[in-house]
Amino acid sequence: MLDCTFFTRKEILRLHGRYHELAPHLVPMDYTNDPDVKVPLALIVNMPELKENPFRNRIVESFSEDGKGNLSFNDFVDMFSVLSEMAPRELKAIYAFKIYDFNVDNYICKEDLEKTLNRLTKEELTPEEVILVCEKAIEEADLDGDNKLSFADFENMISRAPDFLSTFHIRI
Amino acid sequence: MEIDAEYDSGSDVDSKRRAKGKNKPKPAARGKKAKADSVEESEEEEEEAPRKRKGRKKKEESEEESEEEQKGRRKKAAGSKKRAVKKDDSEEESEEEKGNKRKGGKKGASRKEKEEENNKEKKGNGKAAGKGGKDKQDDKDKKKNKGKNSSGSSSDDNSEDESMSEGEMARLKEEVEEKKKLIVTLRNKPWRMKRRLKCLKEAQAFVEKFEGALGKGKGRRLYAFKVMMTKVLMGMPYGSIARKTVPRDEQDSAMDFSVLFEFGVICYCLIWIKLLTFLQGYCKYSIMFYGYYNNQRSIGLLQFRLPLSYLLVGVGIFGYSLMVVIRTMARNANEGGDGAEEGAFTFSWKLFTSWDYLIGNPETADNKFASTTTSFKESIVDEQENLKDENIHLRRFLRVIANILILCCLGGSGYLIYYVVKRSQEFAKKDRNELTWLQKNEVEIVMSLLGLVCPPLFEVISELEEYHPRIALKWQLARIFALFLGNLYTFLFALFDEVNAKLDNEKEIKNETIWALKEYYDNYTLHHNVTENIPPPNISPADVIRGPCWETEVGIEFVKLTVSDIQVTYLTILIGDFLRAVIVRFLNYCWCWDLEAGFPSYGEFDISGNVLGLIFNQGMIWMGAFYAPGLVGINVLRLLSSMYYQCWAVMSCNVPHERVFKASRSNNFYMGLLLLVLFLSLMPVIYSIMTLPPSFDCGPFSGKDQMYDVIMETIEKDLPPFMADIFSYASNPGLIMPAVLLMVLAIYYLNAVSKAYQNSNMDLKRKMQMQRDEEKNRRNNKDSTNQVMKDLEDLLPNKSLIPPPSAEETEKPADQLSKSPKVTGKPGAAATGKGVNVKKDVSLAAANPRAPVTRPPGPRPPGPLPGIARGPLPGQGMGRGRGGPPPRR
Repeated sequence: MLDCTFFTRKEILRLHGRYHELAPHLVPMDYTNDPDVKVPLALIVNMPELKENPFRNRIVESFSEDGKGNLSFNDFVDMFSVLSEMAPRELKAIYAFKIYDFNVDNYICKEDLEKTLNRLTKEELTPEEVILVCEKAIEEADLDGDNKLSFADFENMISRAPDFLSTFHIRI
Repeated sequence: MEIDAEYDSGSDVDSKRRAKGKNKPKPAARGKKAKADSVEESEEEEEEAPRKRKGRKKKEESEEESEEEQKGRRKKAAGSKKRAVKKDDSEEESEEEKGNKRKGGKKGASRKEKEEENNKEKKGNGKAAGKGGKDKQDDKDKKKNKGKNSSGSSSDDNSEDESMSEGEMARLKEEVEEKKKLIVTLRNKPWRMKRRLKCLKEAQAFVEKFEGALGKGKGRRLYAFKVMMTKVLMGMPYGSIARKTVPRDEQDSAMDFSVLFEFGVICYCLIWIKLLTFLQGYCKYSIMFYGYYNNQRSIGLLQFRLPLSYLLVGVGIFGYSLMVVIRTMARNANEGGDGAEEGAFTFSWKLFTSWDYLIGNPETADNKFASTTTSFKESIVDEQENLKDENIHLRRFLRVIANILILCCLGGSGYLIYYVVKRSQEFAKKDRNELTWLQKNEVEIVMSLLGLVCPPLFEVISELEEYHPRIALKWQLARIFALFLGNLYTFLFALFDEVNAKLDNEKEIKNETIWALKEYYDNYTLHHNVTENIPPPNISPADVIRGPCWETEVGIEFVKLTVSDIQVTYLTILIGDFLRAVIVRFLNYCWCWDLEAGFPSYGEFDISGNVLGLIFNQGMIWMGAFYAPGLVGINVLRLLSSMYYQCWAVMSCNVPHERVFKASRSNNFYMGLLLLVLFLSLMPVIYSIMTLPPSFDCGPFSGKDQMYDVIMETIEKDLPPFMADIFSYASNPGLIMPAVLLMVLAIYYLNAVSKAYQNSNMDLKRKMQMQRDEEKNRRNNKDSTNQVMKDLEDLLPNKSLIPPPSAEETEKPADQLSKSPKVTGKPGAAATGKGVNVKKDVSLAAANPRAPVTRPPGPRPPGPLPGIARGPLPGQGMGRGRGGPPPRR
C-alpha cells in the first residue's frame, strides 16, 4: 500500500482511523485479513474535508470502484492520495477530468460544464450567462473542434492553469 | 505523460525481444503473442497482468533451469558448490559482460536462441529430471516444440552452456529492473487501488523471488535506496512552490511562533514612545548604530578586521539581495512562463480551478461561491466591454483629471516632507529640552500619516477613471509606489543637506580638537620640559569633544522612521479594523441602518497594499542597515510581531475582498517592485560610501578620507605584494573599459538571442493556432478550409489549373453575403446587438471579408449541421466556418 500512494505509514494509519470513524459499525478496526467493506457515499460526503465541496459527490463517485460512490478502504486511501500535495500534476489532471465528467462519457461536454458552473456559483448566473460561459470555455479549450473537451484538451488546458495544483488538493 | 512512457518502455522491451528473436528461423509463438499484447496493452492494461504472470512463469522455469545449469557446470569445472546462489553483483556484471561479448562474437546467436539451446540440451541429457515434476513436464513440452525449431545449432559443450545461462540471467535482471521501476512508478498510475495493489504484489513477489537468485542483498539494498530516493525526490517539490514558501520578507518571521502580542496593546504604544526618546539618549551610542564601532584595524587573536568587514558586509548585503531577488524572478519566470498567454483560457480556468478543494468551512465556502460568481460576472462583463467603447472622450477627460489630481497629491506630499525636514533641522539647532515631543518627531509622523492618508485618497480618485479593476489595481499600486518612493527620496535629499551641514560643522570641531590637543601638548612641554613621550591627555571619554557623526544621525533617522511606521501600522489596524469591527458588530443592534451591510461595514484586508508595505519596509532596511546595523534586528522583531498581529486582525475583524484581483499571475510583479526598490535604495548608500568623507572621530572608518580606503589598506598591508599588483592592474582603466565593453556586448548578444527565441515562440504559437483553426474548419465545414487559402486560390491567374471545387463556386456569393461586418475594428460589434452574445475570438477562421455587407445574417434554419451540410444554402452557407457571428437560436 505504501508504494501505491503518496502517504507514509503513519498517514495511512490515520486515514484508516478516519475511515473507521465514518462508519464504526461497518468498518472493523483490524484489516489483517482484508475484509470487503464499503462505506456508502452519503457517509463519506459528510466528512468535513468534503462537506463544503460542490463536487463532493462526483469526487467520491469517480474514486469508487462501482461508480456509485461506495468506497472501500483502498478507494478511500486512493482518493486522498491523489488529492494530496505529493501527487503529480498528470495524475491529478486525470482524476480532475473524471470528476468534472458528470455523465461519465469520457468527454466533458456542454452539460457537464453547465453542471460544473451551476455548482460553482450556486446557480446564481442567468441561463444565458451560463450558456455563454460554457461556450467560451469550450471555445478556449477545445483543440480538435468537436465541441466537447476530450482528455487531451483538458490536460492541455489544465497543465497551464496556474492555480490548479494549489486548488486541487485536500489536506487530511 | 508518465504512463505512456511506461507503456513505451514496456513495448520497447518487447520489441527488443522480438528483434532478438528475429535471428531464429521461425519466431516462436510467444514472440507473436507478445507483439499482440504490446498493441493491446495501450488500450487495456488489464491484459498486462496475465501476460506478465505468464512471462514470469516462463522465466521462473528457465531460471530454475539455469541455476541447475550453473550447478552442473560448476560441479564439472571445479566442484566448488559454495557460490551456487551467492554471487556478488560485480561478478555478475562481469559475467554478463562476458556473455555479451560472446554474443557479439557469435553474432547470430541471440538470447532466445541460447535459451532454446539451453532447453534442448537439458532435454538431451535429462539432467533436470530431479526437479519439480509438473513444471518440468510443461517445460519439456515447450522445449520439444522449440527444440525442433532450432535444431542445428547447439551441440557445443560447457562454454556454450555458460553463455546461455548468463544471457538468461541478464534478461531476468532486466525484467526485475522493470518490475522495480513499475513498483516505484505505480503510485502515478491512474488505476484503481485494487489493481494497483495486485500489480504491486505481483511485482514485489517477482522481485523478491528473483532478487534472491540474482542480486542478493546488495541489489535489495540498492532497491531500497532507490525507493527512498524517489521518495525524497518526490518530497522535494513540497514547499518549493513559490506559493508555499514564505515570501522573502517574511522569512525571518515565519520561523518563530512564540510571540504573543495581544496583551497590553496600549502598553505597547507607551513603550514605543519611550523607546523613541530613549533612542535619542542611550541608544545613540549603542551597538545599533554606526558610531559604536571603532576604527581599530584588527581585533583580538584572530585579527578580526572590523572596518573591512563592516564595509564588505554592508556592500555584500546588497549583492546578496540582488542575487536572491533576481534568482527568484528568474525561477518565477520559468515557472509561470511556459508561453501560456494570459487570457487564453480565462473561462476554462475559472471553471475548473476556481474551487479550492481545501475549503472546509461553510463561511469560507459561501464567500468562495460569491467570489466565483462575481468573477464569472466580471469576465462576462469584460467580454462585453471588449465590444463597446462609448463616450470615450468623457472618460479620457476624467482620466486626465484624475492623473492631474494624483500628481498634485504626490507633489504636495513631497513638498510637505521637504518642508518638515527643513523645519526639523531648524529645531535641531535649538536646545533639545525646549522642543516638544511632537516637534522632535515631526518628520516621521508626517511621513507615516502621508502613507496612511494618500492611498485611500488615490483610491477615491481612481474611481473617476473607471478602469477595469485589474488595471485599476496596477495603477493604484504604481501610485502608492511613487508616493512612497518620492517621500523616501525627498527625505533622503533633505537628509543629505543635513549631512553636508554636519560635515562643515565637523570640520570646525576637528580643527578645534586638533587645536586643543596642540595646546595641551604645548602646555605639557612648557611645564615639564619634555618633548618626547608625552602621555595622552587625561580626559575621560565622556568629556571628549565629539563631532556630530553624521552616519549615526542618518541611522537614527531611519530607525525613527521605522519605529513610527510600525506605530502607525499597528494603530491603524487597531483603530481602523478592530475598533471599527467592534462598533459595527455591537452597535448594530441599536442603529437605524444595517451597519454590517451598509456604510461602515467591516474592513477589507488589502493584500496588495500590505505587500507593498513589506516591500518598502525592506527598502528601508536596505537603506538604513549600513548606518544602523541594529535596524535589521528591529525589523525582524517588527515582522515577527506584525505577522501574528495582522493574522489576528485579519481573522477576527476583517472580511475578505469581495473579489480578489491579483496584480499578476506570477509573483514577478512584486518581485520587480522589490528589485526596483533595491536598486533605488542601493544608490544613495553607495553614493554616500563612495563620495562622502566619513566622520573623523566615530565609526569604523574614522580617520580615513574615504570609506573604501579600508580596502586599499588591506590590500597593501595584509595581502602578499603580488596581489596588490594584480589589483592595481585590474583597476587600471585600460582593463576596465574592455571589460565593460565586453559586458555590453554580451548583453546585446543575449538580448538578440532572447528576441530570436521569442520570435520563434510566437511563430510556433501561431502555427498551433492555425492548426487548431484548420481542424475546426475541417469539422465545421468540410469543403472550404481556410479563408486565406481560398482567397489565394481566387487570386490565382489561371483557375483551371486547380481542380474546380464546384460546390464552392456556387457557395461563394452566398458566403460573402453572410459574412460578418467586421470592417470596423471591433469584431462582431454591430452584428450582434445582444449583450450576452460575445465574440472575442472571432479570428477562429481567420476571416478577412472583402465584400461589403448587404444584408444581415439570416437565422439558421433547423437544417443539417454545418459540419455535414454541404449544400449551398443561400444566406447561411458557410457563415459559421468563416468566423462570422454564428446565428443564434
